Amino acid sequence: MGMTMTEKILAAHVGRDVVRPGEIHFVPVDCVMANDVTAPIAIEQFERTGATEVFDPERIILVPDHYVPNKDVKAAEQAKVMRAFARKHRLPFYYEVGRSCVCHCLVPEEGHVTAGDVMVGADSHSCTHGALGAFATGMGSTDVGVIFALGETWLRVPESIRCVFRGEPANPYVGGKDYILALLGKIGVAGARYRALEFCGDAIESLTMAGRFTLCNMAVEAGAKNGIVACDDTTLDYITEHPGADPHVRDDDSVAEDIFRERRPPVVHQSDPDAAYCETHEFDVTGLEPQVACPHAPSNVKLVSQVAGVRIDQAFIGSCTNGRYEDLKLAADILADHPVAPYVRLIVIPASLQDYRRCIREGLDEVFVDAGGVFSTPTCGPCLGGHMGVLASGEVCVSTSNRNFRGRMGHLDAQVYLANPAVVAASAVLGRIGSPEELHS
Amino acid sequence: MSKAFVFGDDIDTDAIIPATYLVTTDPKELGARAMAGSDQPDFAKQVAEGDVIVAGENFGCGSSREHAPLALLGAGVSCVIARSFARIFYRNSINIGLPVLECPEAVDGISAGDAVDVHLATGSVVNTTTGQKFQAQPMPEFMRDIFDAGGLVEFAKQRLQSRE
Repeated sequence: MGMTMTEKILAAHVGRDVVRPGEIHFVPVDCVMANDVTAPIAIEQFERTGATEVFDPERIILVPDHYVPNKDVKAAEQAKVMRAFARKHRLPFYYEVGRSCVCHCLVPEEGHVTAGDVMVGADSHSCTHGALGAFATGMGSTDVGVIFALGETWLRVPESIRCVFRGEPANPYVGGKDYILALLGKIGVAGARYRALEFCGDAIESLTMAGRFTLCNMAVEAGAKNGIVACDDTTLDYITEHPGADPHVRDDDSVAEDIFRERRPPVVHQSDPDAAYCETHEFDVTGLEPQVACPHAPSNVKLVSQVAGVRIDQAFIGSCTNGRYEDLKLAADILADHPVAPYVRLIVIPASLQDYRRCIREGLDEVFVDAGGVFSTPTCGPCLGGHMGVLASGEVCVSTSNRNFRGRMGHLDAQVYLANPAVVAASAVLGRIGSPEELHS
Repeated sequence: MSKAFVFGDDIDTDAIIPATYLVTTDPKELGARAMAGSDQPDFAKQVAEGDVIVAGENFGCGSSREHAPLALLGAGVSCVIARSFARIFYRNSINIGLPVLECPEAVDGISAGDAVDVHLATGSVVNTTTGQKFQAQPMPEFMRDIFDAGGLVEFAKQRLQSRE
């Protein structure tokens, strides 16, 4: 019997020809990441292990993104803990505010994950990086603190679910977000618990990297351990175009040392034709309509036409799910000719630093501001109700982010609808949930 | 004697500890906000040391925040009994020493306010209000080793020492 991509990556890391679902292995980790919310506990636990040195300073990526620029004193204290740890251990890949962005955009853009890697992040959306043909999963802070010390972690080899997407969407606004929402609507928030979601089919092959990141990002919303797309030319081009910079490590404010980082070559794994899958789900995306996840679960999915008319107070475009250039461009093209509706707040927050710069270079920032929106420096911001757009009681938000649990973006009685960036932009203009086509009529 | 607090399916980490309270890692401080995002927002005021949570499928789904099991420990929760757990929450709980038991029968047989006796070593759960007895799934052996070592940090200490 053959193996899936996920099984092959894990087998290669533990030096075996074959691994099977259910087995538990200690697996070396190629890249480990934490952010300002999860790093403080990870650091405390690292120190409790008695380790005096991290396993490899170049493989630890620390990203302030959740509550930065610091939203209050407590958030500032947490960011301070992470910064101090980075200085103490001379970690070259601590990204200071201003040179940082949402971790799941930063890690691939700075070339920290490549095809065939095992990546662990202290953030549930670390499954995003499976878009590069890697095994990537989210864990808690203690697991990650222990990886800082050991450089390895225990993993149970997951069963894989095969998700086949075929066809070419007739609707130009339909993309990765709609594919993953359609899957969530079908299998639910526990539908892939402890399992790998493997995405394949010609609709996935023709998807851009941005679309693939969106797809894999929300694998965790189905309870999955990881999401994965096979590495192909699109992936290899992306990896080549994003080598990341050689950083400087500073002991103090005067001494700088160049670090020439090791860059692992991509290792391409394909699932065998006779690999075992516990389930297969097939979708024809040809006639797929934009999908909207209604309160209070990412699996409570309806068609945009079924919820059109729901009045909104806020529209948020951003997050590790849909805060990349392609997402922002789609929204800007809609907002270029249409102002935001009265009494509606549009908040646009690029999740990627490179894409934030590109937006400014191409004048997208001006488009958003001219339309009546807010345009901010990269941060997770309102996605998790942290800052930059927290909702009041009874308010309704349509968002490009990933979760709409009760209270996720603010007050417990607020309501969050999840959709693709084109639907969110059109809704901001309409003042109610609606599709971009409605603006043409 | 532990009192049972009963919750439904898919209790997410935003229900267990809303993100707005993630600016601390202190278990007591987090505990004071435990379940603040759930349909029982006053849970933290009502729960007493040693009480248990009984829940449906996929308890702890959503974020990787370890603040979720920390908040429950900080609130005094001695065990979570559920039909099933979300994987990151389950891992986090074992790692930091919050007992978690999968036992659908107990979930069916325990109502809010019932007195419950849990024996972790054997996985036996007794509803002392009704007299019903249940047997939870044993914790997988590997995870039991971590739990018995006193959590993942202690387990890692042993592993680090074995390398020397």
